[in-house]
Amino acid sequence: MKRNVPLLITALGGFILIIAYFIPATQGWGEVAAIWFDILASIAFVLGGGNLLKIHLKKISDKSVGWAYSAITIAAFVITLFVGLGKIGVNPNPQYPDFSLSGHYREIGSPFWWLYEYAFKPLTATMFAMLAFYISSAAFRAFRAKNLEAILLLGTAFIILLGRTFAGVYLTSWLPDWMSGLKIENLTIYIMSVFNTAGNRAIMIGIALGIASTSLKVLLGVDRSYLGSGED
Amino acid sequence: MYELLKDLDKRWIFLLMFLSVTIPIYIIAKTGKSFPEVPTVLSEAVFQSIENLNEGDPVLLSFDFDPASEGELGPMATAFVRHCAEKKVKMYFMALWPVGPQMIDDAIARVIDTDFSHLVYGQDYVNLGFKPGNEGVIKVIVTDMRELYTTDDIGTSIDEIPMMAHIDNVQDFDLVINVSAGYAGTKEWVQYASTPYPEKIKIVAGCTGVQAPLLYPYIPNQLPGLLGAIKGAAEYEKLVIDKYGGLNPDPKYLEAKRRMGPQLVAHLLIIILIILANYIYFIERRREMSS
Repeated sequence: MKRNVPLLITALGGFILIIAYFIPATQGWGEVAAIWFDILASIAFVLGGGNLLKIHLKKISDKSVGWAYSAITIAAFVITLFVGLGKIGVNPNPQYPDFSLSGHYREIGSPFWWLYEYAFKPLTATMFAMLAFYISSAAFRAFRAKNLEAILLLGTAFIILLGRTFAGVYLTSWLPDWMSGLKIENLTIYIMSVFNTAGNRAIMIGIALGIASTSLKVLLGVDRSYLGSGED
Repeated sequence: MYELLKDLDKRWIFLLMFLSVTIPIYIIAKTGKSFPEVPTVLSEAVFQSIENLNEGDPVLLSFDFDPASEGELGPMATAFVRHCAEKKVKMYFMALWPVGPQMIDDAIARVIDTDFSHLVYGQDYVNLGFKPGNEGVIKVIVTDMRELYTTDDIGTSIDEIPMMAHIDNVQDFDLVINVSAGYAGTKEWVQYASTPYPEKIKIVAGCTGVQAPLLYPYIPNQLPGLLGAIKGAAEYEKLVIDKYGGLNPDPKYLEAKRRMGPQLVAHLLIIILIILANYIYFIERRREMSS
């Protein structure tokens, strides 16, 4: 029962979506399945929150390595959830002044807005910006012209790096019109639209075939690994 | 030279990168000058797709990014909203990312509230907000918008919003503009919207640099136009400014062009670092061979 019901749901959902794609008369079935998916996705937020609490509370209770980070994670999660769901400090919607929760959770000046503006926004932006430092360090440590493939990769990287800035235009601006194909900005476009597209299309077709094969195995119940070991 | 570079502490590299970004930012802020841009075919295609719209045409803008990629995608989001406002099309904002609504708020505050304050919420633009489900959301709204969107972002019933009266699904929009930082984003819009309905749904997009190579295979049939990272945004900004900017455009509409300065110096630094690293590598190899 524990394994058969999920198998049945998966097979039913998957086959309905396939049939709905190929038979226009059954399109409505596909829409219903897609709406179920969206409802489940909303519920998954609750499951995700519960899972986050479970994992980090266990870490704190076990005092395992880095438990203080778990405490910070839980504190941030609970505070954000509390001020967001409770609409703390939010004024009621003028249309419904008697209902304190009718206001908008992102109201400027509210605690939730403050958390987003002064904690979430700078933290995530900083994390992303740090990439520039790691990329520069990696460029110095890792890129070596060890063989022909590495030399080709380096050459392509130089052209793309220059071609995505004004330096590329400036460096080859002296080339006459009949050699415009060799201008760095044009070489960049050529590499992206020919070599990159061809390679990516080949990879995508391969992945699509793999997905089709794996999906069929899952829908037919041949591959049941997604259900877990069944021990817990 | 070799001895110095061989054991170079990575903190020096971090410092160089810091300077290569901050100095151009400072100089560009002081002088107000930026590098010239030559728009590519893809940026022209994005611009032309919006130019071809008529006054009052409905356009769906899906802002699928977050503050982490705002530095790269914010300027093109601003340019898209400005271009749509100049063309007087009806703008329908939505988001597949949980913090997408904040990105929409920012763009509306930056462009519509300040420079197009005559536009009326509910008549000229509407914010439909975020819905969870990633590609599941796209799959539903391509055939029935009201199944998922019963209210707008602030809780007003869809039926009370005048500009929603003639919108049943995504096929009713004359253009879909997607600003994407990853999953769910442009790839999903192409796979679940423009591919099944090639005659009815047309998409143009702006994306991060790492995503652009993965989206090229969809050009031109499934994705007629694409702005790749800050470079694509700068090219598009130039096209919008040339047509609608006036003699003294507001600096907020030149943000991508300004950010091309730090990008130029940072790219040059990376190239120099790679060359120096290979100089060390070849010297070491020669020494190994001779010994």
